[in-house]
Amino acid sequence: MESKENLLVVEGLKTQFFTYGGVVEALDGVDFEVRRGETFGLVGESGCGKSVTATSILGLVAKPGRVIEGRILLNDEDLLQMSSKAMNRIRGSKMAMIFQDPTSSLNPLFRVGYQVAEPYIYHQSRRKRRALHDAMRMLEKTGLPDAEEKTKNYPHELSGGMRQRTMIAMALTCEPELLIADEPTTNLDVTIERQILDLVADLKRDFSASVLWITHDMAIVAQLCDRVGVMYAGNIVEKTDVRSLFRNPKHPYTVRLLRAIPSSVSTAEELEEIPGSVPRLIHPPTGCRFHPRCDHAMEICSQIKPVAREIEPGHLVACHLYNEGGETDGGGVV
Amino acid sequence: MAEALFECRSLSKLFPVKTLFRTIGNVHAVEDVDLEIPEGGTVGLVGESGCGKTTLARTILFLIEPTAGQVVYRGEDLSDLKRKAFHAFRRETAIVFQDPYSSLDPRMLIADIVGEPLTIHRMAFGEDRDDAVLALLERVGLKTEHLYRYPHEFSGGQRQRLAIARALAGDPKFILLDEATSALDVSVQAKILNMLNALKRELQLTYLFISHDLSVVRHLSDLIGVMYLGRMVEYGTREQVFDDPTHPYTRGLLAASPSLDPDDRDRPREVVLEGEVPSAVDPPSGCRFHPRCPNRKPECERIRPELVDIGDGHLVACIPE
Repeated sequence: MESKENLLVVEGLKTQFFTYGGVVEALDGVDFEVRRGETFGLVGESGCGKSVTATSILGLVAKPGRVIEGRILLNDEDLLQMSSKAMNRIRGSKMAMIFQDPTSSLNPLFRVGYQVAEPYIYHQSRRKRRALHDAMRMLEKTGLPDAEEKTKNYPHELSGGMRQRTMIAMALTCEPELLIADEPTTNLDVTIERQILDLVADLKRDFSASVLWITHDMAIVAQLCDRVGVMYAGNIVEKTDVRSLFRNPKHPYTVRLLRAIPSSVSTAEELEEIPGSVPRLIHPPTGCRFHPRCDHAMEICSQIKPVAREIEPGHLVACHLYNEGGETDGGGVV
Repeated sequence: MAEALFECRSLSKLFPVKTLFRTIGNVHAVEDVDLEIPEGGTVGLVGESGCGKTTLARTILFLIEPTAGQVVYRGEDLSDLKRKAFHAFRRETAIVFQDPYSSLDPRMLIADIVGEPLTIHRMAFGEDRDDAVLALLERVGLKTEHLYRYPHEFSGGQRQRLAIARALAGDPKFILLDEATSALDVSVQAKILNMLNALKRELQLTYLFISHDLSVVRHLSDLIGVMYLGRMVEYGTREQVFDDPTHPYTRGLLAASPSLDPDDRDRPREVVLEGEVPSAVDPPSGCRFHPRCPNRKPECERIRPELVDIGDGHLVACIPE
């Protein structure tokens, strides 16, 4: 029954990097699921493990990193048990990724059209001429102006927004079920960003794909995602649907993070600060990794890692404040 | 309103595009901009990349010489300043750049990075200089032990604090903040923005703040200028520009920037900007925004709209209905 609802299930994912300085515990048991047809947002600040989660799912964790534990189920198949040959068949056809920086993700030596056509040739064994034609159609779908002309261009001849459209066309060629987008609009201007967000929302509907959207921008989450996981130092600390995240955030980190945004609604003089800074993950804080910066920290927080609990239907929080139900007088963090 | 610290009068900057033998065109980076920066105020400049925000700011500081027009600082034309007076102008103005990884010399100690302006302007030497640097570091929330370290030992937020300490070293009146918080995470950005506000109050500073992030500009600035392809299209107070945006470009820009309310996604957007910013080498005739404008009229192609006061100093460059 579960497999009908969930396209991707990530359970207890631990990824570590074995560096000379010590073991970096980048992911410390990440659990989440992407349902069919939804956009799941993974949000957090730099170094919280968002991108490592994406590369772990794609099986592209670079040395000295390694996935230590956990399961990644795509359509009930564990990707971590697969051979690299089987993974090659899945990457690009069943799941595809849009990267943050299209300038460095496109090959400067090949024409744009050929780069978009490559997945057709590789995964669907189409002939080159047919593949190039299909690539042009795909570029048209992503709203690239004069797509026919542009397929003959090299990446440096396109603007940032056009390059990102090319990347999206490339990711969608084989109509993947899961699209992973790692901050694809970070380097773009707001008006172009908006065009790309609208485009992904439209294409997601047309191709009935699910999207895992990775970002640091809460506003993008608010406008695009159905459900959200908030990450901090290698853990998902809060996971819920997008409305209750913004209306009723529970985890102390989420609460403070939302108040730190110079929102376009309030023009209050002082922004709320989170004391301290993000911990290094070579020797991360014991217990709850947020406890040194949390003003609700209790004794138990430094000793035992909190488990995510469902405090409201569909709203999971990993925080000792919410253990045993009503311990916090129902009020939670204010 | 306080007196103007800077006044730009029809400032223009063209960059020639050259082949090996001849000039084949000009990049119209800034064209005919009038801008007043009141003493003690914060002016925010917004616009998409390539609209001339940074070029305008650097021309104001005379880091780039203008092609036409004047920059007046405290009543004096900058191009008329004598060597000594210009040196004093340099001391009174400072910049904080976007990327704190490339704006700090990796081979210099913090004491030398932050102390260099003190040496150049002959303000302090030797132990005095180190004491002064220490006071500056404390001001931006860093400690004594940071004095003899190198930039790579600091995080992004700390580096931006160092860049701010260096900017404060010459005891400036004016600081140009060129995307100073764009590279930072929100929680770090909040700390830096709070610090900038506090410094402004304590030291009576004037800021020119450049950013593509509208919510940050709104948070920090009293006056806001919106630029498009080298021209100022709207200028006014924070309330005028954000609560009553009048130029179609400003409206489109505000509508495009995502809000924090998940319910906004279902609301139809008032203005949708399509296409991209055209090239500044061969900019559109008349109103430069007309090819993308949702309510363009035939005359927009011919007539170049001037900035017109639509009430209480709210300036808009658009041909009225």
